[in-house]
Amino acid sequence: MSTVLEQIDGVVKGNDVVLFMKGTPQMPQCGFSQQVVAILNSYGIPYAAVNVLLDPAIRQGIKDYADWPTIPQLYIQGEFMGGCDIVNEMHANGELETMLKPFQNKENA
Amino acid sequence: MTEAIRPEMLEKLVLEAMPDAKVKVRCYSGDDHFEMEVISPAFEGKSRIAQHKMVYAALGDNMRAAVHALALKTSAS
Repeated sequence: MSTVLEQIDGVVKGNDVVLFMKGTPQMPQCGFSQQVVAILNSYGIPYAAVNVLLDPAIRQGIKDYADWPTIPQLYIQGEFMGGCDIVNEMHANGELETMLKPFQNKENA
Repeated sequence: MTEAIRPEMLEKLVLEAMPDAKVKVRCYSGDDHFEMEVISPAFEGKSRIAQHKMVYAALGDNMRAAVHALALKTSAS
């Protein structure tokens, strides 16, 4: 059975856009996760969402994986973007739009 | 129950690790939701993630225990 970090790595590398969050996009369980979901939804892109509340090993593992103490965490093409603060800043200054443009009319395969 | 953290304590922690920083911190809801802005030349040339990691490192264990929510903004100048 692969380690938690290997599982996380597989999800991060296996999806163009991945959000590790508390709850689900339909039912976020934390204000910061809700903010990032709202931002991602505004771009109309397909993205994978991992509810860390379902598995404490993932909830801790993702913090180790990125060496980042909080949730949510956004990854684009395998690269860690940041948490709610940074995603908000990237959304405000157009960086996020540039990075998400390639996925905008591409349905999840 | 961990003792509630006051904004000045967070500011002190950041300044101990980054003496040349300018820190603005306030509590915006309850006693564990904080908003902090840190300006420091030490951030020069570093990615936002690296900058935020420097602040989290300065906060250390306090970050996990008493700070449920920290809205962080960093810049070099």
